[in-house]
Formats: sequence, C-alpha cells, structure tokens
Amino acid sequence: MSKNHVTVDGVRVELNGEKNLLEIVRKAGVDLPTFCYHSELSVYGACRMCICEVEGRGLQATCSTPAEPGLVLHTNTDKTMRIRRMALELLLANHCGDCPTCDKNGNCRLQDLAQRLGVKSVRFPKPEFKHEVDSSTPSLVRDQGKCILCGDCVRMCKEVQGIGVLDFIGRGWDVKVSPAFGKPLSDVECVLCGQCATCCPTGALTVKSDVERAWKLLYDPKKTVVVQVAPAVRAAVGESFGVLDGELAMGKLAAALRRLGFDHVYDTSFAADLTTMEEGTEFLNRLQKGERLPQFTSCCPAWVSYAEQFHPELLDNLSTCRSPQQMFGALAKKHLPEELGIAAEDLAVISIMPCTAKKFEASRPEFAKDGTPDVDLVLTTQEVVRMIDQAGVLFSQISPESLDMPFGFKTGAGVIFGATGGVAEAVLRLASAVSAPKHRNVDFHDVRGIAGLKEAEVEVGDRTVRLAVVNGLANARDLLDRVAEGESEYDIVEVMSCRGGCVGGAGQPLPNDMAARERRRKAMYDCDSVQTFRNAADNPFVQEAYRKWLEEPNSHTAHELLHTAYQHRRRLTGETIGVAEGQEQNTVEVKVCVGTSCYLKGSYDTLHKLMDCAEKRGIAGRIDLKASFCFENCGGGPSVEVDGDLHSGVTTETVEALLDEVIAPKLGRVAEKV
Amino acid sequence: MPVSQMLAERPKRVERSLMRVQEIINECGTTESALIPILQKVQDEYRYLPEEILAYIATALDVSPAYVCGVATFYAQFSLEPKGKHVVRVCDGTACHVRDNRALIETIRQRLGLLGKERTTKDKQYTLEIVNCIGACALAPAVVVDDRVHGQMTGEKVIKLFNEIDARDGGEA
Amino acid sequence: MAALLKLNSPQSLADLRRKASAALDGKALRVVVCGGTGCSSNGSHEVFQALKAAVDAKGLPVRVDLLDEEAMEALSVTFSGCSGFCEVGPIVRILPENYFYVRVSAEDAEEIVEKTLMANETIERLMYKDRHTGEPYARRDEIPFYKNQVNIALTDCGLIDPGDVREYVAHDGYKALGDALFNHSPEYVVEQVTEAGLRGRGGGGFPTGRKWGITSKVRGDKKYVICNADEGDPGAFMDRSVLEGNPHAVLEGMALAGYAIGADEGYVYVRAEYPLAVQRVRAAIKQAEEAGLLGDNILGTAFSFHIKIKEGAGAFVCGEETALIASIEGQRGMPRPKPPFPAQAGLWGKPTCVNNVETLANVPRILLHGPAWFRSFGNEKSAGTKVFALTGDVVNTGLIEVPMGTPLRDVVFTVGGGIRGGKAFKTVQIGGPSGGCLTTEHLDLPLDYDSLRSVGAMVGSGGLVVMDEETCMVEVARFFMNFTQSESCGKCVLCREGTKRMLEILEKIVEGKGKVEDISTLEELAETVRDGSLCGLGKTAPNPVLSTLKYYRDEYLAHVVDGKCPAGQCANFKTYSIDAEKCKGCTLCARKCPVEAISGSPRQLHTINVEKCVKCGACFDACRMNAVVVA
Repeated sequence: MSKNHVTVDGVRVELNGEKNLLEIVRKAGVDLPTFCYHSELSVYGACRMCICEVEGRGLQATCSTPAEPGLVLHTNTDKTMRIRRMALELLLANHCGDCPTCDKNGNCRLQDLAQRLGVKSVRFPKPEFKHEVDSSTPSLVRDQGKCILCGDCVRMCKEVQGIGVLDFIGRGWDVKVSPAFGKPLSDVECVLCGQCATCCPTGALTVKSDVERAWKLLYDPKKTVVVQVAPAVRAAVGESFGVLDGELAMGKLAAALRRLGFDHVYDTSFAADLTTMEEGTEFLNRLQKGERLPQFTSCCPAWVSYAEQFHPELLDNLSTCRSPQQMFGALAKKHLPEELGIAAEDLAVISIMPCTAKKFEASRPEFAKDGTPDVDLVLTTQEVVRMIDQAGVLFSQISPESLDMPFGFKTGAGVIFGATGGVAEAVLRLASAVSAPKHRNVDFHDVRGIAGLKEAEVEVGDRTVRLAVVNGLANARDLLDRVAEGESEYDIVEVMSCRGGCVGGAGQPLPNDMAARERRRKAMYDCDSVQTFRNAADNPFVQEAYRKWLEEPNSHTAHELLHTAYQHRRRLTGETIGVAEGQEQNTVEVKVCVGTSCYLKGSYDTLHKLMDCAEKRGIAGRIDLKASFCFENCGGGPSVEVDGDLHSGVTTETVEALLDEVIAPKLGRVAEKV
Repeated sequence: MPVSQMLAERPKRVERSLMRVQEIINECGTTESALIPILQKVQDEYRYLPEEILAYIATALDVSPAYVCGVATFYAQFSLEPKGKHVVRVCDGTACHVRDNRALIETIRQRLGLLGKERTTKDKQYTLEIVNCIGACALAPAVVVDDRVHGQMTGEKVIKLFNEIDARDGGEA
Repeated sequence: MAALLKLNSPQSLADLRRKASAALDGKALRVVVCGGTGCSSNGSHEVFQALKAAVDAKGLPVRVDLLDEEAMEALSVTFSGCSGFCEVGPIVRILPENYFYVRVSAEDAEEIVEKTLMANETIERLMYKDRHTGEPYARRDEIPFYKNQVNIALTDCGLIDPGDVREYVAHDGYKALGDALFNHSPEYVVEQVTEAGLRGRGGGGFPTGRKWGITSKVRGDKKYVICNADEGDPGAFMDRSVLEGNPHAVLEGMALAGYAIGADEGYVYVRAEYPLAVQRVRAAIKQAEEAGLLGDNILGTAFSFHIKIKEGAGAFVCGEETALIASIEGQRGMPRPKPPFPAQAGLWGKPTCVNNVETLANVPRILLHGPAWFRSFGNEKSAGTKVFALTGDVVNTGLIEVPMGTPLRDVVFTVGGGIRGGKAFKTVQIGGPSGGCLTTEHLDLPLDYDSLRSVGAMVGSGGLVVMDEETCMVEVARFFMNFTQSESCGKCVLCREGTKRMLEILEKIVEGKGKVEDISTLEELAETVRDGSLCGLGKTAPNPVLSTLKYYRDEYLAHVVDGKCPAGQCANFKTYSIDAEKCKGCTLCARKCPVEAISGSPRQLHTINVEKCVKCGACFDACRMNAVVVA
C-alpha cells in the first residue's frame, strides 16, 4: 500500500510537496485559522491557532511541522478548540475593540475568527489603552491598540521588501511593533509600499483614507472633477462585487464613478502609453550612446523612494520619466482646462490607484505647479469600493459605460503596466517595432509571470538587449547587489516594489494574497489580448498629444512636462553625535556625515583625520565637531558641513585642505571680529 | 517602565566620543552576531545606549535601525536611558524572596529617595535595579553594587554600604 | 605561573599529569581558600592575603608555582572555586589533612598559620558545628552536609585552582580527551555516553548520547557545540559554580562533544551576570589553548576545536536552545518552532549540539571511569548524580550533589539539616519557575526525572527551595508567575497574554480580591498555556500554578471563600489592632504609621483605623510593649 499520505480527520490526503502540515490540512478542506502564517513569509509559529493533535506526537503547530507520510491528524478536538478560543479571548482582552468605527470592520480576521469560533465573552479586564495612532505619512495609518503582534508586517518588510522598517521593540507584555526608536513612519526609511498593510490581519496597519476629501471635491459645485483609473484597478475593483473580468469591471467602474459625481473618467493606461513612448525613446538613446545603463524604470514610487534612500549611486540610471500617474496629472492640469472649457483653478484631478505610495508621489513638491499639485488626490481601489458602497451604487447591476476621450483611450501595452513585466513588455513592443515595423504586437512571454526575477535577451535591431524584471524590493536588492558585484549585466531593468507588480499593490482590496495577485495578473493580460491596438506607438490619442502639445518623444516640451529629477533622501531623522565640543568661545561648527553612503566612502576616516589635524594645528578647541546623519548629498560624499556650508568629496586626502582653506580662515575672521 | 515611555523620556543629546564606538566596532567586527557584544561594550562606555549611537551602529553593520533598536530593547542588560554612576542590583531570586528582600528594596528606595517607578536618582548617582537570580542564593538576600556581591544584607548593612560609597565619592570630589 | 609547554602527544600529557599530581597531592601542605562568588563577597580575598602575609612573616618556605621543583615540599596558598557551602564562607581548606575552616576572617590568619600549619593543631573555633548538637567537625568529609554527597560534576570544585590548568591535569584532566583522540573513534565516545545513560541536566532530561548520535549523523561541513550556561532559574547556581570552580571539566566535555559529533567550534553562552565565571572560563580557554588542549591540532592530532565565549545580555528565555542560538546570531532572543531541531539546523543553520554545563562536566568522568561506574550511581532511568541548589528555610543551604533517586527526605533533613528555627516542613519547590511543589506526602519520593514528572514537578535545572509552614502557596505561585511573566519573550500569544492574565488573577487572590470563579479561569488558562505555548518557557510556566492547585487547592479556596490566608503570609488578610491592656499611649506607633491610620492622645489608648490601614507592619515593629496584635 502506498504510504504517501497523511490522514486529516479521517480523510486521506496525498502528499505532493506541501511545505508543512498546515497546507495539508487546508488541502483536506479544513480552513484552519491562522494569524501569523503566510506562504510567502518565513514560518513564525506565534499565533498558536493552527495547533492540531498529531497521533503519537501530541499537540503540534501545523505551520511548523513538516508533512511526513503516515501522520494522523485531528484538527477539531476539545484541546485544539480550547487553545484557539483561549488565544482569541486573550487577544480580544488586549485589543482596543472599537470595531464599529474601525476601517477593517467586516474585513478583520480577529473579528471574523472570534465570531466563527464562538468567543462570546472575555473574562479578563481590559488594560487602559493609550491610543497611539501614527498617521504621519500620506499613505498609511498605524494603530498600536489594534496590533496582535503576529509579526506579519515585520517579516513582510524584512523578507519580501528587504528593508526592515518595522521590528519588535521591548519584550514580553510590553512588546510592540514599531519603527526604530518609536519614531513615526514619516521619520524613518519607509517607502510606503504598504505591503505591511496587505498582510495585517487587524486594523493595526491600514491605508490612510482620503475618501472624505474626495467627497468634498465631488460635492463642490464649482469643481470639475476628473478621474484617472490605473491599469491594475480594473483587475481588482470588482472582486467585492463578484465581477472578475477586468474589461467589464472597468466599464462598470466608469459608470459607477459618474454616479458618484465624477465629471470625466479617464484611463491611466493612456498615460502609460505616453510613458512607454518617452521611456522607450530614452532607452534607445541611452542604448545607442551606451550611457547610464542599465536603465531602471521609474513608474513605481516606492521603488523610486527606495533608490533615493538606499542607492544614491544609481539615481542617474533611473529613467527620468515621471510615472503614468504624474504624466497624466501634468498633462491634465496643463491642457484639460482648455479642452473642457473651464478655468484652471476649477479642475480637480483624482487618481484611483492600486497603490499607497502613489499618495506620497502625488504629494512630492516637484509634481506641483505654484503650490497646486498635478494630482489633487489619490484614492486606492479599496477606498473607491468604499465610496461606491457609501453611495449605494449596485456595482453588480450597473451597466458598463465607456471612458471619456481623449485620455480614456488605451492600448494593450498601457494596460499591462499593472502586472510585473508589463512595462518591460510595452517597451520591448515599441523597440522591436522600430526595427521591424510588422512586429508591433509580439508577446514576450519571458518577462511574464509572478516569479520574483525574470531575465530575457531580446534582439532589438542589431543588438541583443539584456533585460531583467524584478518585483519585491528584496529581489531588487539582490539584483542590485549582483550588478554591483559585476555578476550580472543588464541594459534595462523593470522594478516593481510589490510582489506581482501593481496588481498586488497595497491599495487593492483584501485578501491581497499571492493567489489573488496571480488571478489579477492574468486578468491584465486578458484585457491586453482583446485590445485593437497593443503597441503604445499606435495609440491615436497619444499621437495626437504629440502633434498638439508635445512635439515628439523626449522633446524639450515633453521633458518639461513629463520628466523629472531625483534627490538623495535621508533614511532616519535624528540628532547629531557630538564628537568634540569646542571648548573655547567663537567656535566653528563642523559636521561630518556618517550616513550609510558617506560612511561607506570612508567618512569616518575623514572625521578622524580632521580631528587629528585640528589638534596638531592647535585649533581643536575651537571646532565644534559633530557626526551627522545624511545631508542628502549622497552622490557627493563624504560630505562635510562647515557653519552650514556643504562641502562634497572630503576624503582623507582633501580634508587637510578643507581645514586650512575653509575652516581655519573662518576662525581667523571670527577672531578678528572679536 | 514600558518601552514607549522609556523611549520618550530619554535625553535627546549626547556628547560622547564617537571614536570609542568605532574602535569597538573595529574590535568586534561588523557581522550581525557582533551586534550584542558591540552593544555591551558601548553600554560599558556610555552607561546607556544613546539613539544616535544605535543608528551609527546600524549603519556600520548594514542592518536596519529598527533591528538594532529591537535587539537593544529585548535584553534587560541594555538601557536606553542614562544610568546612575553606581548600579545597585537587588536580587529577586527565590531564595532572596523567601528571605524578605522586599523590605530591603523599600529601605534602599527610601535611602536613595526614589519615588514611584523611578529607578535612577536625580543626581544620577545611583540606579536601582531589581534583577533575576544572581546565583548567590546561599547568601540571600543579596545586593550587587557595581558588580560586587554583598550577601546576607540587612537594612542596616545596606545603609552603611551607601554611606561608605557616598563618603568615597565625596572624598574624590 | 610558569609558561605552559604545548602538549603534543599522549606522552607529554602523561608526563605533565605525573608531575602535577605529585606536586598537588604529595606531602606538601596546601592551603586552599574558597574564591567562589559567595566566599569572595564575604571577604575571602582579604583572608587569602592575610594568610600569605602570615606565612611570609613566619618565614615558612612557600611554593609559588605548582611545578617549582626546588620547592616541592614547601607549602602553597591558592584559591579554589566554589565549595558549595557558601553560607558558612569564607571557607579555608587545609590539605592533605582536609581540615575545613568556616567563617574565617583575616584576623584568624596568624592563628591558622601558627597552630594548624606549623603545629598541625586544629582550631575548634573555626570548625563547622552542627546546628542541633553543636558538635564540631574538623575535616570536610565528616560534616553531614558533605558526608552524604557524591561528587561527579562537582569533583575538584573547591579543591583545585581553576586558574591553573595543571591542577586539573593532575586530577586526570584532559585524560579522557587524550584517550579518545588517540585510541577511540567518535562513535565510541557517543556509545559510552549513551550507555552511561547520561541525561540533560539543564531541565529537559533528554538523553545526551542520543542527542550526540543524531547530531553526529546529520551531514554538514560545519557543526557547532554550544554549552548552555545561561542559568537563569531563580534559586539555581550550579552552573555558575562549576564554571567558577572547574571550568576545564566543561571545556573538556565540549571538546569531547565536538570530537563525537564532528564539530570544530564551540560556544559557551554564559550570563553576563556571572562576571567571575566569564573571567574564569576565558582564562581557562586561553590556558588550554596554550597547552595544546584546545585550538588547532589538539595534542598534536588532526582534531581541532576552538571555543568562544558569548555573554548573554539578560534574558531568561535564552536558556531555551533556539532562543540562545538566535541570541548568539545577534538577534532578539525569541524561540522559534521546532522542528527543525538544532541538531538539524541550529547556529547559522548548521547542525548544532546544545548541552548544559553540568551535563558536559559529567562527560570526562564518564569516559574516564566507564558507563558502568556512572550507572552505579542513581537508578535505572536516571543515572549518575544531580547537583541541586538547596536554599530556603533549611538549616544548611548551598550546592549539593547527590545520586539521582535520593529521597527528598535525605536531602532536606540529612544534607540540609532540617528546617530552620524549629518550624515544620511544608513544601519543596523544585525545578524553579518551570517546576512544581512537593509536599510532606512526597518526602520519600526519589528525586529523579521520571518520579518527579509523575507528580507534576521536574528536576529542571535543580533549584530546590525548602519552605516552612509559614509559606503561602498562592504567594509562591504568584512569585514564580511574576518571574515567568516578566521573562516571557512576548512572541507567542498564549505565553505573552496568558502569563500576564494568570499573574493578574494570582495577584487578585493574594490581595484578597479573588472570586471563586477566578480559580477555574486560572486553571483553564494554565492548562491552555501549557498545551499551546511555543517554547519550553511557556509550556512549563503554568507548572507552579497547576502544582499548587493540585496539592494546596484548599489554600486557594481559603483566600477567595473564607477571606483567609492560612499560612498567615498575605498581608492583605491580616488585621492590625492594639491590645488595650498593653498599650501605654507612647504615640510611637502613630508617629511611625505612614498613612496616619493610628489615632490616640499621649498616655491614652491608641486605635487603628482599619479602613486606612495599609498593613505595612510599621506599628508592629515600632511598639515596644508588644501591644500591636496581628490576626
């Protein structure tokens, strides 16, 4: 008799490479509850909900027990149920419990499981809750009182995104999840990808809602409110209403948005086509000149933040193209008033995005003109679903409508931006059409799929283009390490912060697990396959935009409106470290940067030598020497600030010159003045 | 004290030698497993772990600041607030408990003028810690002052001990 | 100490052993001052200095170095590690007669030199005297505390200088390692340890030989041995004493483990709260490396084994092996689920064997004398001896080593000398915060792994706290729960939240605010936390609760139903009043009362306002007329 099976509650389940007993139990049709188990994260084993009785071994957490043939499990026994109920009761006792007003109400696993498992009363007294809510960023809200310490967010940020913004602080009953030193998220290296919120089982990490601000604009009779809908939204917006077909959902969404009061409904895919034109042209130029390669895509705002903070040396390699959202915003704010015959100040641009980082992107000062942002407000898919519910619009019954022109027209290339590999494929279609005009709608299967890293080599003209597509920032980090080590060489790299690409953005409805992402990803390509035009160059309205306003791709006008520049960004706010306090009066303040980039370039040695030399010259007592974290001048490190003036490239070789030519004269002048 | 409060109450500025920190990092290395030894040595130096220094250590070890903060707040040995010049540890092991260390703790608190949940005296001379068994059970109740064990303590003996320390410190000053 | 020659053959080790043994155990007088933590804190360093000065003053020939050939007959004054009987320290032992002086002070030095060293006369004043009969004992092994002990793990603790590897070598140190390296295979070592029936002394009692066997069979280019010296149980200090008193035994045990499983690197993870142990181990590693007994090519063979020290940073949970490994790796010391077990994937994912200090200290002895010898101590399933830290309300407190299976009665009443102050025995809390309690009905219970487990207690690390009739068992449970709750790492729900809630309930009960239903909630919580927690700390945290509920349920009920603490320990159940007959109206109590609960004019009867009284006992202590009555 074959013994390759496990018995779950009397049912034989064949083993087929499952990682653990929990997967077997679920395969057996038992929805064993968990808080801390996610197939894409490491096993944590802390929630104790998945404990089952294993014959001969007693009570075992199934998430951490390998599936061995012959095991006999019982999932529902007096003991296992008692453990689950007690765990829930204990969690509820230490939970703020403002369910009716919580963002996660109805979508909260703690609430759901307490209900399902019949936890009817809590026998333990509630501790006093200090409501510690962090809403310092435009994207996310962290509510400590709702955290059940499952650690999903911690592992998500560390393992999938490779950053580690969040970690546990303290021990035992006092333990908390927090950014470093209890700082708010805005003061640390968070890129606002929001993936932590996608796996949070409770309302401890949620998307910051702009729903009320959106209603306010819509209720304002003076405003003409236009909306752009990102590609990935259509693959997910219908999930809550049972509509999984992306094209259909987009049509219904357009209709619903008009009911909500939006005046014109446009498609970000249009702007994505524009991005393909700009970014493709930029790439072909760089390829020809052989400079600033590999070119990295810049559509993903969390990736851009990541690069700005962690890879200052790469900023030149980022495409200068704004993301589709911002290209749309710039174009709309500049040209729509005239097209629509309204005053510029009466136009409001709202985006519907799958993404939390887009909220931050829209708030970046470089995307505003005279203080007015190009995109006034960003709503996530979750939020727009909530607005539809609030307005009572029956999404499932509503008839689909078409989008408004000119910005409602898209090609298949613009749609697939929503999935990992989509931007690369759009650019490849454009590039291959340049050399072989008939090959406009080729499918590039090598870059498709949910894998974290995909590589391909494609002939463009007489050249072989080496291309990589990564999703998940930890995968991006690995790739960058390999590039830095010289182990891999690429010409173009597409980076999307979220696993699966934008379809898995943190603004998408829950559940937002890998299965949902894969389903949405497929929906994107289904949309692509039914489009008349599948090459960005073929979008007639894009062509018209160039004719009317933009001249040609990468023209001066196009650069003004559609491109941007990047800046070095410090990761952590904080005080400086006093190294040597000036003992005498009339000191000069000298700060040496010891942020990562400068540190790696040897800024500590600079600091040390500066002190040595100052001592030798007998002026150490008059220098107030400090070590500081990041002057956002990472490209020019090691950086030294002397009385507020920044000096770049101060190495051990040049520090003496700085001392003699900049610092000492200042001391002299100060002395003279006295 | 809850960690959040500890974090909120710590002083904002430090004036210390960064040179020593870098020396410690050079001695211990920059692998993750060097983190705890580095924190131990830095605390020996500073008597606590200033936030800026922790951020510097994170930079040097190429790990996230939250990770360093997480490790530093996990272990009882580390303090994110400045400790007093003398650290007084009262053992709270079973044997000391059975031999009434509670009265002893109360005497010490009164002698040092510590109110409520205070652990460090206003003049930063003493920090009082109630610690897990120090393994001097046969000498219960035991008090450790600056790493020296004093066994079979009584209220009188402990007050005499503090008077001696104060006299010594006074003599130095 | 003279520079050590690198030993590179069995012969060179045997030579050193012969010479060192002749020097150490010959006719020469040896004065050994206990330098363990306990005696040190009682002033043994001053005693040591005074003895040296007195010897010099008399112009006696002194041997400075153990192997000083010109002074082999001269006397020596050295330190040893912990002698176990810390309470009567500072202890001075004089060999070869084995005189044993207790509570020695610096002032006694001259007399010791004149009488004992020069005239071989004993000084009765310094002898240990029986608490009950007053009978003095001149020699160590006559004292009841020691007479009934059998030393294997503690062999040489308190006898040799832990700072001189040659003294350890003199007593067959590193002989087992040399023998294994030159004459036996790693499999042989595993077999010997397996046959000896050695089980983990740190708590779990897992068979050491089986652990080694599993780790030796896992394939891996790199393996580790970890010595778990993160002894954190309140009331246990055997690991500290072994490390302080005989560090080389542990190092040799580790090297043998390394040889057996195929590891070339080991870590000693030791609590930073044990500075002396850290210092001794560090020095011992250095010496052993210099002597070619550790490090590269041990004794000239192909076997290399390096040992490093990692100091813990104050987290009891790091005694759990996966948490300990996380801590060595530089992470928060949070346990992770098993499997995989450390033997499969431990330190940095490599096969790792984690053994406790006392376990490792037994290993060289087993290999020297054979499994049959080891099995001749203890009983069928629990072979050998166990070191217990005997503390609490017992006459003789200290570290004791007795054969496994010794009845509780012998430990408490023979070795321990019975209960202090003539009070009645009530209970023994064994195994620390993971353990349980034993009552009068268990006095004849053999102390071994399985017998203890069968009554809901455990050997644990070997803390053995004796409590008298005035101990409240609810308060005992509260004390231990307070400990585990504050040491919970906070990772798994049941332990983090459950220990807190159990503590809350226990606090309520001892404060007199408990309700009957609290007991059932407490019991349900305790069982669930035991069944469902992630690691050993959580799984065993409820033991003190379950065990006291089992044997002393009536005490719990008395608190919540009758509003009484039968042992009279819980302050909130006490009422203070003033005996009108005795009160003279001196006002002292009113002045001492911190909450102004006492009123009365001078020379008039004082009264206590029960509403205001916080039951601190200040009035009771203050009254010179014994007029304050506690009920």
